[in-house]
Amino acid sequence: MLNNERDTAQVALGIRRRVYEHAMRNNGGYLSQACSAGEQLAWLYNEELNLGAPTLPMIPKDFAGVPHVDNPDYHTGAGYNGPAAPDLDRLFIAPAHYALVAYATLIEVGRMAPEGLEMFNKDGSSVEMIGAEHSPGMEVHNGTLGIGLSTAAGLAYGRRLRGDTGRTCVFMSDGEVQEGQTWEAVQACAHHGIDNVFAIMDVNDQQCDGAMSSVMEVGDIRSKFLNFGATCVEIDGHDLDAMRQAVKEPHEGKPLIILARTNPFHTMSILEERFPRLHYVRFKSEDERARMNLSIAADLGVDPIAYEH
Amino acid sequence: MVEMVSRPYAGAFEKFAAGNPDILCLSADLTSSCEIDGFRDRHPDQFLSLGMAEQNMMSFAGGLGMAGFRPFIHTFGVFMYRRPYDQLMASIAYPRRKVRLMGFLPGITTPGGMTHQSIEDISVMRSIPNMTILETGDATEVESICEAADSIDGPVWCRVLRGSVPRLFDTPIKVGEMRELASGADVLVVTSGICTEEALRARSALADAGVSIRHLHLHTIKPFNAQALLDHIGSVRHGVVVLENHVTEGGVGSLVAETMADAGVGKRLVRLGLKDTYAHGGSRSYLMRYYGLDALALVQGIEELMAHKFGISENDLSAARVDAVHSLAKAEGL
Repeated sequence: MLNNERDTAQVALGIRRRVYEHAMRNNGGYLSQACSAGEQLAWLYNEELNLGAPTLPMIPKDFAGVPHVDNPDYHTGAGYNGPAAPDLDRLFIAPAHYALVAYATLIEVGRMAPEGLEMFNKDGSSVEMIGAEHSPGMEVHNGTLGIGLSTAAGLAYGRRLRGDTGRTCVFMSDGEVQEGQTWEAVQACAHHGIDNVFAIMDVNDQQCDGAMSSVMEVGDIRSKFLNFGATCVEIDGHDLDAMRQAVKEPHEGKPLIILARTNPFHTMSILEERFPRLHYVRFKSEDERARMNLSIAADLGVDPIAYEH
Repeated sequence: MVEMVSRPYAGAFEKFAAGNPDILCLSADLTSSCEIDGFRDRHPDQFLSLGMAEQNMMSFAGGLGMAGFRPFIHTFGVFMYRRPYDQLMASIAYPRRKVRLMGFLPGITTPGGMTHQSIEDISVMRSIPNMTILETGDATEVESICEAADSIDGPVWCRVLRGSVPRLFDTPIKVGEMRELASGADVLVVTSGICTEEALRARSALADAGVSIRHLHLHTIKPFNAQALLDHIGSVRHGVVVLENHVTEGGVGSLVAETMADAGVGKRLVRLGLKDTYAHGGSRSYLMRYYGLDALALVQGIEELMAHKFGISENDLSAARVDAVHSLAKAEGL
């Protein structure tokens, strides 16, 4: 119901502008993830997923405790994606360090107030740096990489038993293919014909230590997914029309994995200077910060940020 | 002679779960070894084979929990927490999913050796927030473990006995309570799981030696009623001996020690179990003797506590029950 109020490309640009502004003000952040994943998250929230209206306040509540028998009012942050209903889709952000980008997406699609991003990584806030299950838009803890697809597979299997028509979607990162659990999840989906689940994976070839090829070569992951029993489509992850086509790929009896090949400095060309260490860009000097401020502002078509020194 | 019950879990699980659509039976390639092969064959709609892939199974079960199901995971206990500990934490324990973790082959109840023997699971589970821990000590407790576990609003770790299991009790598990099996005034003996049967073997010999034993059997390890234990400790003169099928660090012995220390109880405590050691493969009776988990070890522990030798030998104890290694009640020799 909140879909398509804005052009998805504009949402992607808005995500990047917010992440850029946040990183400038805070002397660093997950900039590269906004570059690679902007279109994917914009597309999921702005057009592809069938999500209901948010059930939680536009300005996130403070941290209210972890799940515990003595904390009966506990709830997750899933309400920002709308209610859990049989006909609605569910979304997991598997790489929880994309949280900054995911929060920016919530703001761009009108599911969270801009004030939410001001609470990012502040003590006592629920808007945590590594998305927790109580953080806006999150429903489970995915900070330990590789568990997202399994969780989605279990939920999707359960929803199929319940007769739900809604899909379960996972936004994944390519580093997760180094984890054995990812392949366990795919084989389980294939074995049990779990086809009400699909994933879009940000294949930016980057991980914390640097380029994946230098950390642990993963080879032809499309062939691997196919061999493990998934339907797998590889696209340009900055091409929205390609995404729209890819999700239509028939995958009866199989999970659908969309490999979105992306550029980790897409729309922020100066980040290439930091290659291959792009996981978390903390500016090394005031000079670098100033140069990046000017360069990225020009790339994104906004004024440079007047940050505090 | 104690009544022996063959495969009590098989019938109990089927009776409890069959026809309840919210309960799903998960297995990781140890279906007959966990006595759920009949359930699989008769209730395929509630059965889910997840293969030898425990990491996925744990998170998958978490996802099923999100959909309102109550998965009962069946495999050997070790395989449910050693490799997939991260998934147990993140996908099950933290979000308090109603996943029932049915861990078979507790401690040295298998000749499978180190890789098959869950000797430190209670220690691990006790330190996990939101986790409940139950342990079965006889056929009646095995028969009631499903209902007890499923009454918990959150994840439950269960140490389940299989195969040929003695019947010691005639009342089901009541979560949170402890069984008072003897009400003496000299020494408090605390046992759990298969060690309770060992303590019963020593009962008459200790009585003949003039030792008045107060005996508690624990099926609920977490949450734990500390005050009830303290009341029992207050009722004995000398102190406490704990015997458990587990390492002495972090298990029931530690639980008793912490309870006593927290309350400032100045009585002695002897903790019997695997003493900072792995076990190896062998028969249960051999391992219990070799590692000091049996009735004789308990007698010696009481002697140490009381600084007095009773002159009780193996011959004075009730006969040890020796399980056949190859029995129709077990899928394989493990």
